[in-house]
Amino acid sequence: MSELLPHPEGVPLPAPTAISQPYWDGCAQGRLMYQRCTVCDRTLFDPTPICRWCGSSDTSWQVSRGLGTIYSWSVVWRPAGPEFASPYAAIIVDVDEGFQILANAVGCEPDGLFVGQRVGVEFHPIGAGFSLPYFRPIEQPERVG
Amino acid sequence: MGVLDLCGSRREDIDGIVGQAGPDLAYLLGLGPIWASPDPLGISGVMTAADAIAAGHCASVLVVGGCAGLSATIGSADQGLLHRAGNEFVSSVGMYTAVEFALIARRHMATYGTTSEQIARVSSTIRNNGHVNPEAVFYNRGPYTIEDVLASRMVADPFHLLDCAIPAEGACAILLTTADRAQDLRLPPVYLLGAQQDYFGAPYTHAPSWDLRSFNGGPDDCIGMVGHRAANQCFELVGLGPPDVDVLELYDPFSFEIIRQFEAFGFCKPGEGGGFVMDGNMDPSGAFPTNTDGGLLSYSHNYTGQTHQKVGRCVQQLQGICATTQIPGAEVAMASNGGAGASWCWVALLGNERP
Repeated sequence: MSELLPHPEGVPLPAPTAISQPYWDGCAQGRLMYQRCTVCDRTLFDPTPICRWCGSSDTSWQVSRGLGTIYSWSVVWRPAGPEFASPYAAIIVDVDEGFQILANAVGCEPDGLFVGQRVGVEFHPIGAGFSLPYFRPIEQPERVG
Repeated sequence: MGVLDLCGSRREDIDGIVGQAGPDLAYLLGLGPIWASPDPLGISGVMTAADAIAAGHCASVLVVGGCAGLSATIGSADQGLLHRAGNEFVSSVGMYTAVEFALIARRHMATYGTTSEQIARVSSTIRNNGHVNPEAVFYNRGPYTIEDVLASRMVADPFHLLDCAIPAEGACAILLTTADRAQDLRLPPVYLLGAQQDYFGAPYTHAPSWDLRSFNGGPDDCIGMVGHRAANQCFELVGLGPPDVDVLELYDPFSFEIIRQFEAFGFCKPGEGGGFVMDGNMDPSGAFPTNTDGGLLSYSHNYTGQTHQKVGRCVQQLQGICATTQIPGAEVAMASNGGAGASWCWVALLGNERP
């Protein structure tokens, strides 16, 4: 098997909204952005116009350190469409600042992923000025699942 | 017309129709003016029809769903036939339904130690029900063992090919009427005892996280347990509990979803679903026979019509008219639509005794 790689150019491009534009601008600049509610202090992701917890629309953008833990993963052998190269891995990461993000894993073998694995973010372009966040294993604690 | 012939109802008795193709069907069947609702799905359509009958808007309602000709236009074996449009946070990741449900299953495996063998036990059991059902798309294609499932190629880990439903085509129609009118029809009446819906949001647009919660939910209310509230409220409403259910027709787009629903609906405790299916509980001879027609895995996943089939098969079980895998003496049946990967789940309880 070979190492998981970033998607080739040609995968579906995001269509940012006024709400999500700061997030995509951050990705293009190599920064993982998330929102924090300025009223209840909860972290919010995906980008949102309103805090799901207290209902406030008073949120501020923050920059994540980009470190987290794999919460769940799936290595995909039958791709979503011909523009994707398989295998690729979809993962949900518990980011240290307290939000979850859906992304892809890179830099390890397809059979090397596990829940609880520490990962760090990196960004790779997919064309038209867009970059996606990817997560790479950064250390190997005791395997938990 | 099939359902009308089957139960001996007359076309002129129909004064309501529910379904995506409802308006087209009304015209095609020469009906009108009648009451209509465009609700495309099975359990919600039945709830809509029941409410309309209770409110006096109509008295005999067809609830219909299905598809034809769609598969030829939207993909091939190499592409995502059920690839959802998604949004800016899922499409570029390469998400489609198998991956959505795989991320839910993987989290359960990591949390509770659920195994691929346990998940494959679901697939083989349901597919074997389809293997003996001449009406199933996968009729006579088995029988299947756990090993057969595990030997099929990987689609989205932990799901092998045989853990995944295959899109097909077809349709299902349900006739709902008042309890009094139902006495006069040819087939024994089946009663809608209760139904409820659990929604967390639009499907396939956010990370399919088992632990996704909302500000107003209880401790057990998360995406991974979606349907828990609906099932509880349904059982409370009708004064029954899981042990009273004789047969289940549950949403099975991917095999693990059955293990999840047994836990969410209270048939076993959280984390015990894997062992629960290994012990044979969902077998035709078990305490809770499940997906007796072969389910979406083997009978047919015909897009929105599959949600009607779950109700339809419950009705047939309670009428005692299933040609294969009829559960003897079934009195209470449970149907579900939707699951964790979709972030919504609905349940319905049906019975053959008038409540």
